[in-house]
Amino acid sequence: MINNDSKVLLEVKNLKAEVAGVEILKGVDLTVRAGEVHAIMGVNGSGKSTFSKVLAGHPDYTVKGGTAALDGKDLFSLAAEERARAGLFLAFQYPVEIPGVSNNALLRLAYNTLQNERGLEELDPLEFEDLVQEKIKVVEMDPSFLDRSVNEGFSGGEKKRNEILQMAILEPKLAILDETDSGLDIDALRIVANGVNSLLTPDNAVVMVTHYQRLLNYIVPDYVHVMDSGRIVKTGGKELALELEARGYDWVRAAA
Amino acid sequence: MTSAIQNLVNQPYKHGFVTDIETEAVPKGLNEDVIRLISKKKNEPEWLLEFRLSAYRHWLTMEEPSWASVVYPKIDFQDIIYFAQPKPKKKLASMDEVDPELKRTFEKLGVPLHEQKIMAGVAVDVIFDSVSVTTTYKAKLAEVGIIFCSFSEAVHEHPELVKKYLGSVVPSGDNFYAALNSAVFTDGSFCFIPKGVKCPMDLSTYFRINTEGSGQFERTLIVAEEGASVSYLEGCTAPQFDTNQLHAAVVELVALDNAYIKYSTVQNWYAGDENGKGGIFNFVTKRGLCKGVNSKISWTQVETGSAITWKYPSCVLLGDNSIGEFYSVALTNHLQQADTGTKMIHLGKNTRSRIISKGISAGRSSNSYRGLVKVGGRATGARNYSQCDSMLIGGSCAANTFPTIDVQNSTAQVEHEASTSKIGEDQMFFFAQRGIDSEEAVSMIINGFCKDVFVHLPMEFAVEATKLLGLKLEGSVG
Repeated sequence: MINNDSKVLLEVKNLKAEVAGVEILKGVDLTVRAGEVHAIMGVNGSGKSTFSKVLAGHPDYTVKGGTAALDGKDLFSLAAEERARAGLFLAFQYPVEIPGVSNNALLRLAYNTLQNERGLEELDPLEFEDLVQEKIKVVEMDPSFLDRSVNEGFSGGEKKRNEILQMAILEPKLAILDETDSGLDIDALRIVANGVNSLLTPDNAVVMVTHYQRLLNYIVPDYVHVMDSGRIVKTGGKELALELEARGYDWVRAAA
Repeated sequence: MTSAIQNLVNQPYKHGFVTDIETEAVPKGLNEDVIRLISKKKNEPEWLLEFRLSAYRHWLTMEEPSWASVVYPKIDFQDIIYFAQPKPKKKLASMDEVDPELKRTFEKLGVPLHEQKIMAGVAVDVIFDSVSVTTTYKAKLAEVGIIFCSFSEAVHEHPELVKKYLGSVVPSGDNFYAALNSAVFTDGSFCFIPKGVKCPMDLSTYFRINTEGSGQFERTLIVAEEGASVSYLEGCTAPQFDTNQLHAAVVELVALDNAYIKYSTVQNWYAGDENGKGGIFNFVTKRGLCKGVNSKISWTQVETGSAITWKYPSCVLLGDNSIGEFYSVALTNHLQQADTGTKMIHLGKNTRSRIISKGISAGRSSNSYRGLVKVGGRATGARNYSQCDSMLIGGSCAANTFPTIDVQNSTAQVEHEASTSKIGEDQMFFFAQRGIDSEEAVSMIINGFCKDVFVHLPMEFAVEATKLLGLKLEGSVG
């Protein structure tokens, strides 16, 4: 929901970044306010996923210029785990498998780390169980998933739902969903989208990175941005996504 | 991120201090006179001297084994001190008489004997440079007929038992290092659980090598009679020296009908520095004989130290329905080399064995699993399950698996599973993105990887093992 009086959660200015010496982001500007849903669209290689990884602090990417602030904090002065604790969440395009580490143990450690950061009490396993059983309903997952190793042997849809479960537990200020719709069948897409929608509040915000309009039927964006060659070249409302679906990207790129 | 992993795996060794106690050493080198001198210093009976000499003569005819996947300069066996014992030698009646310097050493190691005695209820037989310093809880154990003492003491007080079982599982000429040990072993532990007795507490021993350039050759012999059971814990640390030290121990276990022996090791000998200088050469022969029906021997080991580990705790399943188990975590870092595994020899009917091996390699180390599962012609209905998992940390280490399966009975069932995984940058980034720092991430992954083994360790050892892996790889294991 657009409310120009609400506070700015993410402020990115003229962001430039490279990977392995190749410049990918060439000056990205983006402002996200509390309560908003943004979609970043674009063709393969336009820099969408790079943008999300740079914000989250992936070690392969080097920031070459510009600034990014999360709720007023300079992101680039923080290590990746500090950014996460400050309230930045990235739902991965390809969630990794972690054999031997149970979902439940991971969730509890992540949650308690955050509780410490906020100066709140850690939850013991029994208390945490109550919390996680409540949250798991958000993504309609079977509780048996909690005892399994993180993502090991999960289907594509289960992995993505697991990402949203982590988001539900950690309640980030800003969640970036990196191609969360890829590899999802229509039922899984609906579940994931319902999960995300149920987590939206006037105090947090979501940035979706996606190729396709499909996801946006379920999670309706306030703003749609088109990224091309490392820059945001066009911004519009949700109808822009429909236009892209109908006409492709070329006309936007030509105009840029 | 890679450098973060490197920082984690480069924790210095914390047990590298030398205790300044006067030691009395036999001159360097090995010949029959040295063996006679050792035997004489220990006031041994003639039959034991003969055992040593025949082992020595056999050893002279043997070649140092070269089949293991380890590389090291040739050992000069004449450049080793074969016997060193701390002075003074007067008999100690209680812990209070133990050299305070020695006690401080153990405190630094985190083995406060007093506390351990009282709080953990563990009887500790402490071996310090080959001589048993003190044996606690002996009297209490004696009430139920259990003998737990130093090997030298057993030789004098229970010669008939020692004579009956010494070399009965690992013959003196079994292999190069076992023969060397048989010739020059200085002390060790002896444990005898009589018929029908369940040992009321875990028995524990701490080994430590102190004198620079000295070899440590202990001998452990554990016998569980019919229906007896015992859990035995062995912990090892050594101070750091620039020269390599040789450790060639022999452990023999004998389980009679319906007996159960559980043998757990946490090994943290000095592994050498990050360039591979110094460190212990750990060439150990450990073997258990399931002699009686329904007997069971279970080996659990956590190997984190030594420059080179060459060790294959094995089970000979002679009794019908007997069971052998091997649970192992071997961690190598820097330039450490480990070639370790087990042998399960199925001879009796319906014998079963289970092997769970977890190898973790970091730095430039090399970690090999080598195993033999052998099913003899008469071992009808024998079953084995083996699982060998390797984990690689970073891109410069190596993991190998050398399983050998030899089945001579068509009714046998043998299964072998293996996997290799890697702690990669993507996993580390995933943890970081969930707010978890790299130390905790590594410890969580390692702990998860090892849990199938850790569940088989006695409680206090599980805690220690967890700490050790933490020390070796990062800060903690939760």
